[in-house]
Amino acid sequence: MIGMAKNFVVEVVDFAGAVGRLASEIVRALFVSRINWKDVIRQMHFIGVKSQSVVLITGAFTGMVMAAQTYFQFHKVLMDTATLAVVAVSMGSELGPVLTALMVAGRIGAAIAAELGTMKVTEQIDALRTLAAHPVDYLVVPRILAILIAMPLLTAESIFVGILAGYLVGSQLLGIDPAYLWHNAVRYTGIEDIGAGFIKTFVFGGLIGIIGCQKGLSCPQGAEGVGKATTEAVVFSSIAILVTNFFLTMVLNRLLD
Amino acid sequence: MIEVRHLRKSFGSQKVLDDVNLVIESGTAVVIIGVSGGGKSVLLKHLIGLMMPDSGEVLIDGQNLVGLNERQLLQVRHKFGLVFQMAALFDSMTVEENVGFVLDRERKLTRGEIDRRIARVLDLVDLGGTQKKKPAELSGGMRKRVGLARAIIYEPEVVLYDEPTTGLDPIVSDSIDKLIIRVQQELKITSVVVTHDMRSTRRVGKTIFLLHQGRIHTTASPEDLFASTDPIVHRFVNGISDEKQIDFTT
Repeated sequence: MIGMAKNFVVEVVDFAGAVGRLASEIVRALFVSRINWKDVIRQMHFIGVKSQSVVLITGAFTGMVMAAQTYFQFHKVLMDTATLAVVAVSMGSELGPVLTALMVAGRIGAAIAAELGTMKVTEQIDALRTLAAHPVDYLVVPRILAILIAMPLLTAESIFVGILAGYLVGSQLLGIDPAYLWHNAVRYTGIEDIGAGFIKTFVFGGLIGIIGCQKGLSCPQGAEGVGKATTEAVVFSSIAILVTNFFLTMVLNRLLD
Repeated sequence: MIEVRHLRKSFGSQKVLDDVNLVIESGTAVVIIGVSGGGKSVLLKHLIGLMMPDSGEVLIDGQNLVGLNERQLLQVRHKFGLVFQMAALFDSMTVEENVGFVLDRERKLTRGEIDRRIARVLDLVDLGGTQKKKPAELSGGMRKRVGLARAIIYEPEVVLYDEPTTGLDPIVSDSIDKLIIRVQQELKITSVVVTHDMRSTRRVGKTIFLLHQGRIHTTASPEDLFASTDPIVHRFVNGISDEKQIDFTT
């Protein structure tokens, strides 16, 4: 048992070190290499445009269920019209960024790890190095920049659709007065709630990108290795998002208050 | 000139290279032979800095690669082209994008000039007209030739070949051998071929290094190698799996 715990700690520290080294190499690459914006745009299309449906569905149904649950509880104390305010604050500061990040981690983190992992096991990464192209400059930087640009936009969409869906459920299905519903939502949702969400989304985007790239670039040999790298990219990104979210909530709450 | 001094490399407890020393003069064609899994490809990857040794030195024109970081190594690698065992073509790109990769990134030539260089180098490897094909549409031999075209388009000083004929039929292997010889003679480059194909060794190499148990066991010309009475050389060259079968009278 102690041995297992020791191994786990060593693994986590080792992984954190590898992510840190990759992050420092990315920062260096931003200054010393030429950024291929064509590739950044291609990646943005893959990360941003192609994630639309999954992010919109997640946002809409989260907003809807949030509105319904809040109404069921608030109705008991005659606070029906505060329903959308709760939905808006939750979507803006927590559910929008976190659920969008988890969905993107599942879709994009896995895709990045699988693509880079396959390139690693088929020696395409070594081929890049022999052709005097640094893998971080050529493969990692465009993906990181693309995800940092795409994530806030996806999150904004998710939040907007979630609030809109919550509004429609509240006003059309649950019979809450639309004017009061909207008025209270605007009244109790501060810029700091949305601001906190957007700061989080940058951090989550960076985590998904770096973890996916690190897992792909360090992929063990063979098809099994690619599978392992892909799975670990999703699991590690998801855990990192949830853990980071807690600390960011605590810190941002103090800073933005 | 490439010089390897006291190179050692282990993977875990497995010692792969154990005090390897060799010198490769510029403009020559050398072949490194040895048993499968004996460290030939590992040695080749050390020559270009894709792997770093546990100890020892790899000197390229007097510059030691050991200790250089990846960005410093990128500068040195401009002198090299490497043809991979499985070609390692970028599967998301077409043949022309693969072959013109370095020139596209350097942005020193116009699009037209790059296209002309791609066409010329594809003609050299007998693959003219395949520019728009994807690697998945090519046979194993064609992929290796595209790999060679990609490795020579920027006119490196040294081309390294990692088992260029492995997995190919004798006729395609023959064409690859001829191609290696043609490229070496036309471009006046240094060729370093890693193989266990004795026919290729005889045809391509001017100097042969036999890697045995992590060390250079023999350095010889093809004639001397094939006439050698050294039991290890004789056994490898003639493909004898059982030591007791060695008979020098045959």
